[in-house]
Formats: sequence, structure tokens, C-alpha cells
Amino acid sequence: MNRIKVTVDGNEAAAYVAHKVNEVIAIYPITPSSPMGEFSDQWSSDGQPNIWGSVPHVMEMQSEGGAVAAMHGALQGGSLATTFTSSQGLLLMIPNMYKIAGELTPCAIHVAARSVAAQGLSIFGDHQDVMAVRQTGWALLASNNVQEVMDTALIAQAATLASRVPFVHFFDGFRTSHEVGKVEQLTLDDMRALLPDEFVRQHRARSLSPDRPVLRGTAQNPDVYFQARETVNPYYLAVPAILQKTMDRFAQVVGRQYKLFDYAGAPDADRVVILMGSGCDIAEETVNALLAQGEKVGVLKVRLFRPFSVEHFLAALPATARNISVLDRTKEPGSLGEPLYQEILTALAESLAAGKIAAMPRVVGGRYGLSSKEFTPAMVKAVFDDLAQPVPHNHFTVGINDDVTHNSLEVDPKFSTEDPKTVRALFYGLGADGTVGANKNSIKIIGEDTENYAQGYFVYDSKKSGSITTSHLRFGPKPIRSSYLITRANFVACHQFSFLERVDVLKHADNGAVFLLNSQFGKDEIWDQLPRPVQQQIISKKLQFYVIDGYSVAKDTGMGQRINTIMQTCFFAISGVLPRDEAIDAIKKAIKKTYGKRGDAIVHQNFAAVDSTLEHLHRVQVPAQVSSTVELRPPVPAEAPAFVQDVLAPMIFGDGDDLPVSKMPNDGTYPTGTAQWEKRNIALEVPNWDEKLCIQCGKCVLVCPHAVIRAKVYSSDHLGSAPESFKSAEPKWKNFASYKYTLQVAPEDCTGCALCVEACPAKSKSEAKHKAINMVPQPEIREREARNWDFFLTLPEIPREQLVLSQVKDVQLLQPLFEFSGACSGCGETPYLKLLSQLFGDRTVIANATGCSSIYGGNLPTTPWAFNKDGRGVAWSNSLFEDNAEFGLGLRLSIDKNRDYARELLVRLASKLPEELVKAILGASQKGEAAIAAQRSRVAQLKQTLASIDLPEARALIDVSDLLVDKAVWIVGGDGWAYDIGFGGLDHVMASGRNVNVLVLDTEVYSNTGGQMSKSTPRGAVAKFAAAGKARPKKDLALIAMSYPAYVARVAMGSSDMQTLKAFNEAEAFDGPSLILAYSHCIAHGYNLIHGLDQQKLAVQCGHWPLFRYNPNAAPGLANFVLDSRAPSIPLEQYIYNESRYTMLRQSNPEQAKLLLGEAQQDVTDRWKRYETLAQEFSAAAATEAATAAAAKGVH
Amino acid sequence: MIDLSTQYLGLKLRNPLVVAASPLSKEISNLRHMEDSGAAAVVLHSLFEEQINIESNELDRFLYDGAEVSAESITVFPELQNYNIGPDAYLEHIRRAKQSVSIPVIASLNGVSRGGWVSYAREMQQAGADAIELNVYFIAADPVSSSVEIEKLYLDLVKEVRNTVSIPVAVKVGSQFSAFANMAQRLDAAGANGIVLFNRFYQPDFDLETLEVKPALTLSTSGELLLRLNWAAILYGQIHADMAITGGVHTANDVVKSMMAGAKVTQLASALLQNGIGYLRPLRNQLEAWLEKNEYQSIEQMQGSMSQKNVPNPKAFQRANYMKVLSSYALG
Repeated sequence: MNRIKVTVDGNEAAAYVAHKVNEVIAIYPITPSSPMGEFSDQWSSDGQPNIWGSVPHVMEMQSEGGAVAAMHGALQGGSLATTFTSSQGLLLMIPNMYKIAGELTPCAIHVAARSVAAQGLSIFGDHQDVMAVRQTGWALLASNNVQEVMDTALIAQAATLASRVPFVHFFDGFRTSHEVGKVEQLTLDDMRALLPDEFVRQHRARSLSPDRPVLRGTAQNPDVYFQARETVNPYYLAVPAILQKTMDRFAQVVGRQYKLFDYAGAPDADRVVILMGSGCDIAEETVNALLAQGEKVGVLKVRLFRPFSVEHFLAALPATARNISVLDRTKEPGSLGEPLYQEILTALAESLAAGKIAAMPRVVGGRYGLSSKEFTPAMVKAVFDDLAQPVPHNHFTVGINDDVTHNSLEVDPKFSTEDPKTVRALFYGLGADGTVGANKNSIKIIGEDTENYAQGYFVYDSKKSGSITTSHLRFGPKPIRSSYLITRANFVACHQFSFLERVDVLKHADNGAVFLLNSQFGKDEIWDQLPRPVQQQIISKKLQFYVIDGYSVAKDTGMGQRINTIMQTCFFAISGVLPRDEAIDAIKKAIKKTYGKRGDAIVHQNFAAVDSTLEHLHRVQVPAQVSSTVELRPPVPAEAPAFVQDVLAPMIFGDGDDLPVSKMPNDGTYPTGTAQWEKRNIALEVPNWDEKLCIQCGKCVLVCPHAVIRAKVYSSDHLGSAPESFKSAEPKWKNFASYKYTLQVAPEDCTGCALCVEACPAKSKSEAKHKAINMVPQPEIREREARNWDFFLTLPEIPREQLVLSQVKDVQLLQPLFEFSGACSGCGETPYLKLLSQLFGDRTVIANATGCSSIYGGNLPTTPWAFNKDGRGVAWSNSLFEDNAEFGLGLRLSIDKNRDYARELLVRLASKLPEELVKAILGASQKGEAAIAAQRSRVAQLKQTLASIDLPEARALIDVSDLLVDKAVWIVGGDGWAYDIGFGGLDHVMASGRNVNVLVLDTEVYSNTGGQMSKSTPRGAVAKFAAAGKARPKKDLALIAMSYPAYVARVAMGSSDMQTLKAFNEAEAFDGPSLILAYSHCIAHGYNLIHGLDQQKLAVQCGHWPLFRYNPNAAPGLANFVLDSRAPSIPLEQYIYNESRYTMLRQSNPEQAKLLLGEAQQDVTDRWKRYETLAQEFSAAAATEAATAAAAKGVH
Repeated sequence: MIDLSTQYLGLKLRNPLVVAASPLSKEISNLRHMEDSGAAAVVLHSLFEEQINIESNELDRFLYDGAEVSAESITVFPELQNYNIGPDAYLEHIRRAKQSVSIPVIASLNGVSRGGWVSYAREMQQAGADAIELNVYFIAADPVSSSVEIEKLYLDLVKEVRNTVSIPVAVKVGSQFSAFANMAQRLDAAGANGIVLFNRFYQPDFDLETLEVKPALTLSTSGELLLRLNWAAILYGQIHADMAITGGVHTANDVVKSMMAGAKVTQLASALLQNGIGYLRPLRNQLEAWLEKNEYQSIEQMQGSMSQKNVPNPKAFQRANYMKVLSSYALG
């Protein structure tokens, strides 16, 4: 049969089969498996049927626990059902997995295997998650590359239906789930051939139906549970044979033969490595290279890990194998060895005892590749080399330098098995410049338009703004199984000139490689602009050097800042992968395919860019001598602290892989205040202050998402040492009249979002476009303003007690303890966190749900959370996604407990302490900054006194005395957490009555995992899993929260900064649970975030986001519920149709958009009426209360 | 029996009340309402080539902006099957309009590129439009472009579209030409079947609170009619193309004046936006009543009756009138 070749990634390969062979798909987004759910949802919403001609139902659930439960129900209902997940998501499924297996319910789920959060979260790949379910009774079946993913997805489905044992089909997260490769696509007939109708009928016959009622899910007692648990044994014993039979059938139909254990290598191998997943192909590539050198080695690829078949294992393992190294891509602290190692050992030991093998081979185990740590042929060779030693390492690690337990293998980085016929291309791009998208296109072109095989893998850094992407592309005449990063590239492209001073982009260029640089400097000027190491490598490696000014071509052809098509054209023109004309045609065809749906204008712009690229592409004549004196910039300044220099700087520079174990904090604890050292210089333009126009309102400081605009008032005495260009103005505060005021920008930390300029209300009277703050090109003022910034930081902070913290104007003078985050440029969430840090940061503990805020807040190398000159600042932790509210409550309980204990100790020790001090500490109100400062000073005095008291209780009190100063607990997360996965916990915490503050950064969508619908997504908005527009209204979490009761506020800083400020202060002051829902604009809304504040205003004006505050403890006579925004004054559409999330639907399905707009407008009207009624009722109640009080007063 | 019918662009119309291009014609139900209320033809809202390009660019940009930035969110939007970017939705609207009403449907086109004008005009004809109105909305803000060059743009455009389609083509222009009579003749010569007098250019307003320039839409008033009457009266008999008057037609008297000046039809938008589509019915009735009261048999009878060539004092339409107005103002 003639099957088509497609160029897809592992996720798409799995989803393709899963969608065709299931009826119900319950999903929940989690990286790196999310795309499988997204593909399924997209295909179903496009009406694509399964092999039985019916479109599967796809349902997004509130958590993975929900997804597996819905799947369990669907299976029990007689449908074929599946789900996709990873990491902690799979762990959340465990309770139900026992049930599904215990009930012998056939299904195959697909797992992009990922690390689990331990000392830190990691989204990357290893087998920790799947190994955590090996005890549940599910079969564990691995696939090793994109082709195998597609094949195994079908085999797993067939085998589960035949055996009734549920299957986890897993493949390596990112390395396989996100690797793009050319594969042969299974046909629907292939699937039908593997899935006889009889299987489906049997499954349906077992379903729950009132027409043939049964009881399933009994509670069993000690008398029979044990026996009942043993009933499943025959099914497990049968699985290996059934699976092998299925694989054989697959081979008959499709032609590719798989075995439970596939062996490759010398038939008489002495040394064998055993492993699972993508590492198998790398090991095979290495084995082939070593065989060619005459070595007797082999690799045993384990496909079916559970149920483990000793019989099949022995049949596959050469009898000559005397030395075996078992490689696990997981970690089980405290175990005798990792799971695969233990399984193999048990299998061999039992076989020896049973006489099935003559002698026990020497078996060692090791760990590799955790969290997508590179696993290369050099590492495989190191394992084989070690195995040849008289005493090989056991329980070793390979791929890292473990200088603590000294059990890692030495690796020779020069060893390579790259096929010389393979083109290896490496591209450095900016996240936003389209490099990755263009490379994905190139792979498709080569994969689909030529006989060549193609492979693409993409690496992103940890920032959401200004992030560097690296694309690794291989092309060649043979299937490409080299699942590791390219380190010997014969083509290197650097799409951003500025990377040359930040990254060693030529490190992986092979001798004689082509080097393509995008630069504003032409072929004659470029050489003198290159840093010395770049020049040196160009000369020493004899690189062919090409340069193009991609940005000029982009500008001239209407492409704006997008250089993707231009650089892609250059690649094809120089690399020679295709004849030039053919390549141009293929690029244009791909453009038409990719962009055609988006309109002719886009297609023509891209065509124009292709056409004018080649005339701007020039080869550079490389001089014989290095002439530059410019070095790569150090990743952090010399004055950075030692930990930053030693540990964080290598990570920033891209050398984190070289850090040894000893450098790592052993419990995941890192210092704060580190983002300040990572000068990223990513803004093309930064704001510049016009002190003459400025009215010192502080709005720019408030809205800056990255805390790069700051204000101080200070004595003019300090100006003596100021740089000449340092600006100041007379302060517009009466009480600081004798001081100076300065608004300063950090030019190297700014992301150039320009929200500050939008927020600035002060305009020139003679030139309306000129404001008190204006964007100017960064390079021109970088050095000058960097000096000014450094000086500004040396100016003293104004004492907090001198400020009125209910005024925006005064808040600008508070030091932010959240700065320079890697959030998206113009982020709508971070201004709220910065405000929180300014108001309460020096006494706050934050529990942060997993999501955007945990990533820009806590993704290594650096953190924006910072501390003040006294060393006080936010203590921050991320537990999980689903448990954040409870985690935060636990922090509160602990703080309260130890505060109470401190007070108890204080009373017990009262006789030994100054009476006045004890009385003052115990009686302190701690309301307001002055009171807090006073209490801190009392506690300091207390500690001093306690130091001289030699009693255990005194020492105990010293330990907990800091808690005598009030601490705030803030529970922070996004809407995915608060409305969906964390809602159960949030509910409990809100009902607890405990003094916690919950801040929901509401972007109305799962932003971090790529824009999936949450229950906060408004009706009519397009999101993933709501491709046809969300049909149901946004959940009113605020109204729900009011019923606990709790303090509740809905805020939008862009609409009313005053109201936001009030809400934060009131929430913190409220002695009980409080909830703030903060409108956060987001790139997932699809518009230029420079207009974020305007959109916030419109959201309020149209009634979509009514502002209010509900304070159950409002002062007597004041209403508990206050509506802070006016009745809707504009139609909803005036707000929503500025955002692509809504306009997409209007474009794709105008009728549906119109319908949903009508309903959404009604939602807004109804909600406003509800709120208005509430406001009136509370206002009337307050008036009655006041009147009663007045009357009572009159009586008295 | 009074005959209200008229001929415009070769189309036989039951009266001279044509609905001008406006957002009202975006809804098929409105088109039916117009027909039921007595409209003789409808000019659909304009297809803006520029808008298509902007939408295309914005869609592309925002689908692209958040994409490929982080390993977790490689895309931020689902890839939909179809975005209806381009003229498809408009062309479908023409088809549905034609299925829904029996009065002539005139498509309105506002292009920016030569290719756009021509290709969209062709597609409008294929979709079933009875005629095309070229909505030339050109602000000559570039000091480098001379009036000669700009006039040539208009003429080339009319010629090209004329050569592309077989259905009638009207051209809607502004009044700001140095020599409009000459321009009208040249448009006529270029093949325009009709000239629509005049486009109303919308000038932005200033917000004095925020010191921002904001878009402003002001509806026309009957006062604006005079400029149109003036030019229709001057051109009547000097060009072959039919004239339509739009901008300031609010009452039956306005319609009568337009006819007398020499227009074949009037086009209404502001009057309907203000008073509702149903306003067409009393307007038509009042028009009929006026003719009856003043003993006119037909609209045709009055068309051009007060044009420059047919009035006793033709100078009233020229400079003499200007001086007279000034002096009357001074005396007043």
C-alpha cells in the first residue's frame, strides 16, 4: 500500500491515531502533552471523523484528575476513550488508574513523558512520571521516535482492546513529542485492520446500561478483597503474547516489525546497554559506529516495560552478553536502583535460579537524561567504555558532573557519530522573529518536496520576552534517528546581531561550515563590528561567511520586524539543499499554504520578501587576521555576588550544563534579588523622562510591568556626586518641598513595551505627541542612562512611614521588590505583583500557583523577587498548580502558630524582660507603616535582651520572635488555577476564615500553556478547546467568593489605579480571607499590548469587568458592597472587537460570532443588574444602620 | 397616476430613492426592510481593500506574535479552518442580497491598489451585483502629488474598471477639484455610467480632555445639499453619465430639488440612520404628494428643470450668485 509521508512532531503523530480510534477524548493542558489535546479538539471542531465515521467528543476538564475520571466514565459507558498528559498531570490520574485497571477497562492513553516537580519544576522530558504509575496495573509501552509514536499509538489501542489491560503509551517529552520528522502516515485501513469490530463490540457489551444492569465498584471486605485482587493475573500474563501478536499483525499490514524487546548490535555482543525511549536510537547509532570499529556491543530496546516479560527479554538478549548496563531516565532516591535496572536484575536472577540462563551477567545501572539533559553518542560510548573496565561504575550518572558522590562517567565530547551525508543546520533566533516557524516550514519543504528525510528540534530559553531560540535541523537521504542536539553544524545562522556579544554562536560550527548573519552592517563593514572570538572562529574554522540586512528587506517589503521568510530564503540559497529556483518555488508554495488563510496581503508581502532577499545576500571576504578587540559581554557584572557569578552566570551564558552537582543548592533554595544582574538589553526603544513636563503622578511607575521606571525624592545634598546627565525636578509634594524628585529608567532592563508612555497623562502644550515620558532609541542613551540608573540606586529610599500608601502618587516612591521579570513585554499581570511587593513586600510570604507567574517569578536562572536594604523582601514558593490555596493556608497556619508561640513565650518570660517592652509588643496594633516600624524596633530590642538570658525558652523565643511583627500571606495564581484546577482548594481556604489574601491574575485563559480555555474565558472568545468561540459565560468567581464571606474586589489597574490600590490595602487589612480578581491583559488576547491600559478601560466601560469592593467588615454606616465603576456606557463589541480572540471568530464564523456577541452582551447586562441591585441593597442597609445608630445615639 | 420612476445607470428604478452605502446594508434583514419601505435600489456598504489588508495583517500578526516564544506556549491560538479574510464575505453578502431582494443591488468598492480595484470589481460582478459604485475616497495629503497626477489616478481607475466589467459603473467623488466640470466630463469620457455627488469626507475631531485626535462621524444635514444641487445643475446636459445626489438628502423637498437640478436619483444614508429605514415610506409618499400637489406627472418631467441650462438666470450658479449672497448678508 502506498502511504503518504508527512512531516509532523511526536505529539501530532500520537494524536492523529488517538483521534481516529477513539470516541471520547477528555483532556487537560499540561506541557509537553498539550498539543495532543489541541490537535484533537481542532480536528473535532473541523468535523474530522474517526475510523467509524463519527466525530469524537473532545472535552476539556478542570484538571487531569477530572480528565481521567471523565475518561473512566466514558469507558464504563461503553465508549472508546483516551486522554493525553505528562508529569504531575499523570500523577493526578493515579487514583483513577488503579480503578480503571482493576476493572480491566481497555484504553490507551498517550504520555509525553516529563520530569516531575521535586526540588524544582521542570517541563522537560524524562521517565519520572511514567515510572510513578508502574504500580497501577497499567501496561507501560514506550516508543522511541516520531514514526514509532504513530505506530505504537495504534498498537497500544489494539493490544488494550485485545487484552483488557489498559496501556500507557509513552514517549520522551520534547525530544520526541516536539521533534519534527518525516514519517509514513498510517492509513485508516491500517487502523481498521488492527482494530477488529469484535473488540469494540466486546467493550461495549461490558458497559453500564440500565437495560442490562450490573453493579461495578463494590466495597469489599477482608474476606474476599485479596482473592478478588488476584483474579486479574491471567490477563497480565497474557499481555506480552497479545502485544507481540498485535505487533506481528501490524508488521503484516504496515511492514514495520516491532518486538517487546528489540535488540540491535553484534549477535555475539559482550557488552549490552538496555534502555527505553528516544535514547535507544542514539544508543543504536553509537553501537553501529562501535561495531564498525570491531567492538562487540549491542543495545536492547525495551518497549513493553510492564507487564515485564522475562521470556521475551531472554529471547532478545544475546546469550553472550556478560556485561550489561541498564540506563534509567528517572531517579528514585533511596532505592537500590532505578526501576528498569531492578526489573532486569530480577529477571536475570530469577532466570538464573530457574536454570534458564547459565550464568549471571555483570549488571550495572545508571541514570541519564533527566529533564531533557542531553544524551549523546559520546555518553553511550562512555557507558560502553566503563562497562569494559574491570570494575565498572554502578549506580552511576552520565551527562553531568557529579562531584559530590563522584559517580558520574567521564565523557569524551569529541566522539561523534554524525553521518557525513547529513546536512546539519543550527539557527539562533529571537522568540519573536519567526525563526522557529520558518524552520518548521523548511523541514516541511524538504520533507515533502524532496526525497530527503528531515528532522527539526527547537530549544527555547526560559524568558517570555526577548527569548533566544535555537533550531536544530538535520536533512539527509536516510531516516534520521539522531535525537540529540547538533554540535557539529555545517550551517550556522544567527538571526540577531546582538546575540554575538551574548552567546558563543559559532561554538558548534564545524570546520568549513557556512555562517549566515543578519546584520544592519553590510559586507564591507561587518568584519569590523564582530567581537574578537567571532572573528577568530570564522578564520580558524575557515567558515564561509554571508551577511544580509534582513530587517531592511523586511521593512521595504511590508514585513515589519519579521525576518523569518527572508532568513529562510537565505538558508535555501546558500545551503544548496535544493536547487535555488526549486527552493524559491517551494518556499512560495509553503507561504501560500501557511499564510493563505490569513489573506492575500500577507502572502504577497512574503512573496515580495522572498524575491528581494537574494539581491541583499552577500558573501563576506574574510580577512586573514583577527582585528577586533571586543570580547563577549560577561553574563553578569563583576560586582554581582559570588553565587550569581559562580552558579547563575553560567546558566545565563548557556553553560549551565557544565555546572557540577556541588554548585547546586541541594534543596531547591535560591537567593532572591538576582534578576538585577541579568542585563538583557532587549529593548530597541526605552522611555526617556522630560522633567519639565512631568506632573509626578506616578502612573508610569505604577503600570511598568518590569519595574524599570522608578521615582525617588531625596535631599539635594546627594546630587553632588551625580553624573552630569542625571535629571531632577522640584518635588510636587508639600512635605518634601525642600527635596528633589527624579524619575529614572533602567535602560538595560526595559523591554520597551511603552505602557508607561500610554499611561502618561502629561502632554506638551505645543506638541501633543510629546509627553512627560517618551520612547527613544535605546542604544543612543544606553550607557548614559545606565550610569544614571546606577547612581539613582544609591539614593536613599524615603522612609515608608512618611508616605500615604493610599495614594498612587506616594506609592511610586516605594521600592519595588519585584523587578525585571522575564514576563512578556507589556505583561498585564506583573504590575499587580509589583504593587503588592511595594505595599507589603517586606513582610510577605507568597504561595504561587504554577503558571505564568511561577515561570517569570521562579524560572532559573534569576528571579525578579527582591529584597530591600534591610534584607527584607518577599519569601516565595511554588508548590504545585492544583494545591496553591491550601499551600498558602498552610503557610498562614504556620505563621500564626509560631506567632502565638512567640507570644506565649513572651508571657512566660515576662518577669525577665522589661515590663513596658513586653506590654508594648503584645499590645501593638501594627496598623500602618509607622506602627510596623515601631514593632520591628521593639522586637530588635527584645532579641538583644533575650541574648543575655540563658534559658531554653529565651533561645526558643529568639527563633520565632520575628513573627511578632505581622506577616502577610498572599496566594497568587492565574485563572486556570483559581477557576479550574485549584478551585476546590480555593473554596476551602476562602471558607476557612483565615487571614490569607488571594490574588488572581485573571487573563481569562491558560496563558502559560498556550491559550487554552478556562472557566474564566468569556463567552464568544476563541481559545484552544473553544475554537468555535466559548459558548458558556465566564464564571463569576467574585460573586461566589462573597458568600463565604470574604473580602472580595474586582480591579483593573488600567481603568482605576486608585481603586486597585484601595482594594490591595483593604484586602491586606481585612482580618480574614480576601480575594482580588485582577484584570490582566495578555498576549493571548491578540492585540498590541501597548493598548493594554485602554483595553482595560473599555472592559470596565462596557460592563464586562465591573469594578467593585465587598468588605464584610465595612465601617459602620458604610456599605459593604461598593460598585466602583459606572453603568455600562459602551456596547460590548466596542471592547471585544479590538482583540483577535474575538475577531477571529467574527472572521471565521460570523453567524456564531453574532449569536455569541448577543448572548455575551446579555451576560454583561444581567451581571450589571445583579451588581447594581446588590449595591443598592447594601447601600440601603448601611443607611438604615446609620439611621438606627443615629437614633440610638439620640435616645441616649 | 403619478410616475415616480427613473432611470439610473441603465437600471429602471421605481422611484429616485436609493439607499446610499452605509452600515445599514450589512444586514440582509435591513435590505428587505428597505425594499419593503420603498427603496428603489440599494448601494451596499463599501468593500474596503485597505480594511481587508489591515485585517489580514492584524490576524497574521497576532496569531504570530505570541507564537514560538516559549517552550510551553508554542502557539497561543487555535488554527481555525478559515478566516474569511478577503472579499469572500462581501461577495457572499452580494449573493445573499440578490437572493433576498428584487430591487437592484449596487456594490460599493473602495480600493487602494490598482490590482485590488480591478479584481474586486470583477468578483462583484460575478457575485451578481447589478452595478458597481467606485467609492473614491482619496485625501490628497502628499504635497508631492499634483492635482494633475491625482486626477489621472481617478481617470485610470475608472477606465480600468470599466474595461473589466460589463455591468454599469458609477463613480462617487468628492467636490474638491479645481475644475470639477472638466473633471466630470473626463470621468464621463473615461466610461463612468454615473457620477455620485458627493462623497462626504470625515474629518477627525480633537478631544480637548486627552489632547487626542479622535474619529468623528457627523451625519449630513439638508444644508449640505446645496453644494450638490449647484454642481448637478451645472453639469446637467454637459455629461452623459447619470448623476446621483448624496449627502444632505433628508426630505421630499430635497429629493424634488435634486431631481430638478438634474440628478437621476438621490441616495440617502444619514436620513435613514437618524429616522430608521421605515422613513423611506413617508418620504416616498411625501414625494408623490408633492408632485401631485404641484401637478407634476412624473419625476422624469422635472429632471433637470432647474439646471443651469434650463433656468432663466444661469449665472445664479456661478460667481454672480456668490456676490449676491454676500451683499444680501451685509444688508441683512
